[in-house]
Parts: sequence; structure tokens; C-alpha cells
Amino acid sequence: MTNNKLKEKILIKNGRVIDPANKIDAVLDILIENGKIIKVGKSISLQPSAFSLIDASNKLVTPGFIDIHVHLREPGYEYKETIKTGTEAAAAGGFTAIACMPNTKPVNDNQSVTDFILDKAKKEGVVNVYPVGAITKGLKGEELSEIGELKSAGIVAISDDGKPVMNSELMRRAMEYAAMFDLPVISHCEDLHLSEGGVMNEGFISTELGLKGIPNAAEVVMVARDIALAEITGARLHIAHVSASGSIMLIRDAKFRGVKVTCETAPHYFTLTDKDVNGYNTNAKMNPPLRSEGDFLAVREALREGTIDVIATDHAPHESSEKEVEFDRAPFGIAGLETALPLTLKYVNEGAMPLNDAIAKFTVNPARILGLNKGTLSEGADADITIIDIEKEWQIDVTKFRSKGKNSPFHGWKVKGKAEMVIVGGYPAPHLRR
Amino acid sequence: MINKLKSKDLLGTKDLSPEEIVLILDTAESMKEISSRDIKKVPALRGKTIINLFYEPSTRTRTSFEIAGKRLSADVVNISVSTSSVAKGETLKDTAKNLEAMNPNAVVIRHPSSGAPHFIAKILKCPVINAGDGAHEHPTQALLDIFTIREKLVTSRTKKLKGLKVSIIGDISHSRVARSNIYAMNKMGMEVTVAGPATMMPADIRKMKVRVFTDLSKAIEGADVIMMLRIQLERQEKGLFPSIREYSRLFGLNLEKLKNAKGDVMIMHPGPINRGVEISADAADGPYSLILDQVTNGVAVRMAVLHLLTGGV
Repeated sequence: MTNNKLKEKILIKNGRVIDPANKIDAVLDILIENGKIIKVGKSISLQPSAFSLIDASNKLVTPGFIDIHVHLREPGYEYKETIKTGTEAAAAGGFTAIACMPNTKPVNDNQSVTDFILDKAKKEGVVNVYPVGAITKGLKGEELSEIGELKSAGIVAISDDGKPVMNSELMRRAMEYAAMFDLPVISHCEDLHLSEGGVMNEGFISTELGLKGIPNAAEVVMVARDIALAEITGARLHIAHVSASGSIMLIRDAKFRGVKVTCETAPHYFTLTDKDVNGYNTNAKMNPPLRSEGDFLAVREALREGTIDVIATDHAPHESSEKEVEFDRAPFGIAGLETALPLTLKYVNEGAMPLNDAIAKFTVNPARILGLNKGTLSEGADADITIIDIEKEWQIDVTKFRSKGKNSPFHGWKVKGKAEMVIVGGYPAPHLRR
Repeated sequence: MINKLKSKDLLGTKDLSPEEIVLILDTAESMKEISSRDIKKVPALRGKTIINLFYEPSTRTRTSFEIAGKRLSADVVNISVSTSSVAKGETLKDTAKNLEAMNPNAVVIRHPSSGAPHFIAKILKCPVINAGDGAHEHPTQALLDIFTIREKLVTSRTKKLKGLKVSIIGDISHSRVARSNIYAMNKMGMEVTVAGPATMMPADIRKMKVRVFTDLSKAIEGADVIMMLRIQLERQEKGLFPSIREYSRLFGLNLEKLKNAKGDVMIMHPGPINRGVEISADAADGPYSLILDQVTNGVAVRMAVLHLLTGGV
């Protein structure tokens, strides 16, 4: 990630600096040295030869975005995505750090897979990569992974994402065990009996299309279970990709009672509804599915009022041919890294969520959940920074994605706001414009 | 009056206008006359190739389309799943592209996945006719059902389709026949009631503008037409009903239960029948049963659809 042409010191001038952790929203300069933030202040001046200058006039300067929920596919599914292409997509989307889920082949349920990911990320990655370890060996939901060893290898959380741990007793033990290492447990909440065979949200649209539905209850009953387990274990529970209004009510109530629960949603849940599946659009097929209008509104409200802590992409790239099949045979998931920012800004511009709150959900909030010294522009913090042109109008074009995954329902959308540059560990990530 | 269909394809009755439905029914009337001749063949589609692409077992519908094509002098080719390259793992996209390369004039498709006909219709330049996709639609079945009802109304010289009360009984969730009939009948101004176990009633079905019951006798009260659906016996294993015995007791139609219905009620079934399960033998074979008329009319309606979509003028 080093760039010899750049000097050790970088001065970012005249940007609108938003740092939610420090309640900063002002036009300021930021001085970076040796990968750390040295100073944030008004009109910092230095000897001209001593630094590289980045003019951020009329731009937004924020802590580097952190995506807590990404599928990098490597090892095992390199035809869908690699650590290289996935991190390039992250940088293009404004992210400087991503947490990658363990459902690779082999599964990241042991130290050697974690080592491989971290090693590959160091060599080929352009942003920080934080592996998430499997809760159970092989994601089978039968026996706990060696979570202690995974922790020392460098995982930041555990999850069987893509699959729930259906055995409630095992999930309880996983939470107790993870709490020893202060690791958050990221739960993909889905009752597999209720969702069996389902390919979209259960409702009028699934009835019209003749597709098997997945009821909200498939998510809600597991959210209820996991909150109850978090309560008796004291573990830190993070609920992935919340889509159903019932889940939000339970999480809001649990937070009120002081249960250590946080949650995320993804831009598609506050941008689309199950109506977007009409025409058997396989790019609108994801798990959990796009929900009804009522859920869509509940997710938006929960973002606004703060029940939803984090915006994550659930970036799930697939090869095009895998999605060009009958709807019920297509895999779940969308490529989300390169569209999350403008879709979130769209919601901000619609006037419902303050910009600073949106930035917090991409920065300080995921950093706190994962225990990272990131997500802020505090002096001494890692110099991970995202510079955004908030006024830039552009059209989403999957053929220009850095990700190998072109599976996006947003292809062709006209949007506003784009990451201009990301600085990772004090250096601008390789310029990614085509 | 219109004389052709808007779309290149027939994917569902949801997309048809009432005028288009009437056009198909009127065309089917003249087609039915051909089937009553000694020499049951006209040269209307001579030199045209129709491919029947069947990914699910089917006797009635496939044969009906085949006879319909042949009576119009088209060359009809049947591809069924066991003999095609599907078994070797070819994708539907590739199959469609390969068929396209052979320049067919129409492709008739039945597929277990809802939306499969829509998928290939985007690839094929020729008309695609949906012969049943998953639990979605089976438009020619609905059209032949309405044709059959309309024909009976003419002979009994009573009323028009508008306002006619139809009750569809059985597994509505998994039924493409129910969906196509609900759309088409609503467009014709008919009043549709559905009934079946609550476990087989799809979400928000009321939004499809139907009355919903879980009690058979209430559902058939005052009905002009009762349409019984086939119950798939494997649904029992999925926990959707406890036993054939109980299903039959609650939702099976027999002469005893028919006492609650109108004296001249028409009884229909898309087939194949589970005798003694959803319908008793005496009800299926009784004087008000239109089940075999449906089969006869299926050929005429499919001739009409093939002619309208591929016949040029």
C-alpha cells in the first residue's frame, strides 16, 4: 500500500470534516503522519515542501467507512470474488476496513484459514481486512470452532452467517464461550424450518408470482431467541441484516432493558421492497428477502431513531451465469460495496436521517462493535479516511464495478454522492477510477 | 373488436385484457368446429414448427398442445426432460438459445419453476406459451375453463359470464390453475370464491379480489360453478394436512355436500383426478360434470392460442 511519491506527512485541507465520535462537523484540516492522525484543526499550516497536499474543498472528510458484513469468497470461490477484487470494490465504495464472513471453502473455522486471509489481504488487499471466524466447525451447527485460537489468529467476531445455529443450546454455549474473549457474536437470524424452500418474502407478491415465501417470523423468532440467550449469557450479540419490523421491536425493547445487543441493516432493505422482485428479478433475491412496504418503513424509522446501529452491505458477489437462471434456482445475495454510500445518501437526502448519523453507522458504530481503534478522526487514531464528493451525480453501472460480482438490482440507477478517495493507514489507496 | 393479441407471448392471464380473452374464446369456437369434422386438419400453420418443451411430466396438456398444433398442420416436436440435455446439466438459458438457433415458430413450455417461461421469453424471438410454471400460472387451462363455462351458458340460454359465481376448492397455495382462473375470471366480471385448508391458502389472497372460506359448504352455497383442484398427496408429509381421510372429509366433494349447491351447478376439475379424495366418483361422473368437456375444449383453446400467436393473420 506504500506509494513512494507521497511524503510521510499528508495534509487534507478545507474539507467538511464529519467525525461523529467527537461530534465534529466543521470545515477543518487534517494532518496525517506515519499512518496516524496527528492533528485536526482550523487552517493548519506547514512548510510547503514537508507534506503532500490533498485539497478537499467542497468535499466531505469522514473517518474511513467500515463494512461489518462482507463475503470476500476467497478461499474457495475465487470465480465470484477474491480478496484483491473485493477490497478494491470496498475502496471504490469508500470503505477502508471490512469484516469478511467465514463461509468460504474451506470455512474459516481454524487458524490456518484466518492466517491465509490475513496474509493474502496484506499482500493483495487495498483496505484493512478483519476476518470473522465460524461459530461452529464447518458452519454445521454441531460443534464449536476453536474460538480461542481463532481469536489469537486475528478474528474480530464469530458468526455462522448464511446459516443460523439452529440448536439453541449450542448457541447459548457459543455466546458464553465468546464472551470469555469479548468477541461479538454476529447472528444470521433465520429459522430454517420456517424458511424452508422459500425464495422471497411471504406476502401478496409471492402469492402473485407463485413463489414460496419466507415469512417475517422466520427472522423474528430467532431474534427473540438470541436476545434471550444474550440476556442469560451476558454476551455481546450483533444481529446481522435486520429486515423485519418485528425484529426491530424486539431489539428496541432489549436495548431498553440493557441487553448487550446491536444490529445492522443493509441499504437494500431501506431502498427496495418485495415489489422489486416482480418480473422474477434474480438480482433482487437475497436472504433475508426484500420485505413488504411496512417492514421497509420500519427499517427506515429504526435507522432514524437509532435502534439500527450499523449500515452494512452484506456484499455477496456471484458470477453472472449463476443469477441468469430460474428465480428459485438462483443464489441469494447482491454485490453491495459499491452502491451503499449513494443509497444511504439518498435516504439522507430524502430528509429522514441526519447525515452525521448516517456517517456514524458506517464508522464509529461498527468500529466499537468490532473493538477496532478506528472509525474516528481522534488524534492518534489510525489514519483511515474517506473523502466524499456528496454532490457528484452518477449512474450505477455494474460493468464498471471493481467487484467481480455484477449482481445488483441498482444497475442503471441515477444517484448522488461518491467516494473520491480513501486513505488507508495514512496512504491513499491506489486510485480506482477507470 | 380486436383481431390479435398485444404480446408476442402468452405467459399468464394476468397480462390479458378482457377483449383479448374474448378474442381467444371466439377463435376457439371456430377451432372447435374443425375438431368435429371427419378430416380434422386445416393448413393454417403449415410449415411452422412448434416445440413442446416439458420439464414436468404431463399427459393431458402436452397431448392437447400436440393435437392442437397438428390439427393446424404445424410440425410439432416434443422435448421432455428425460430425453433432453437438461439431464446433462444444461442451463435453461442455453437450452433457450439452442432452440432459438433452430428457428421455431412457437415454444410451449411447462416448468416446475415459477417464472421460467418469462425467462425464456426474453431470449426467444418466437412466441412462448406458458403451459404451467410452478405455482404461478397455467393460462390455457383458465381459458379452456372459461370457454367451457361460456359454452354451457349458451346451451342453457341463461346468463352471461358477468356475475357468475365460481368456487375454487383445494390447495390454492400451490395451484397455478387457481391463479390463472382468478385473474381471468375477475377480468370477465365473474365472482370468485376460494376455499381450502388454511395451511394451503397463500398470503394476502384476499387482495386478489376473491372471497375466502375454510368451510366447503359455505364456499359452494349459491355457486354456479365448482372447480375442484387436485390435492398433491405429498403435501401431507409437509404437514399441510393430517391425512387423506380428513382432507376428503372436510374438502372432498360428493353428492351429499352438493345438496347445498344450486341444482344446475357445473362441476369442473383440471385433472388428473384423485377419485374419492377431492371428488367422489359419482360427483365426477355425474350429469353436471364438465370434466371431459374441459379436455375436449382444451384442444380448441390451444389451437386458438397457437393460431393467434403464430398464424400471422
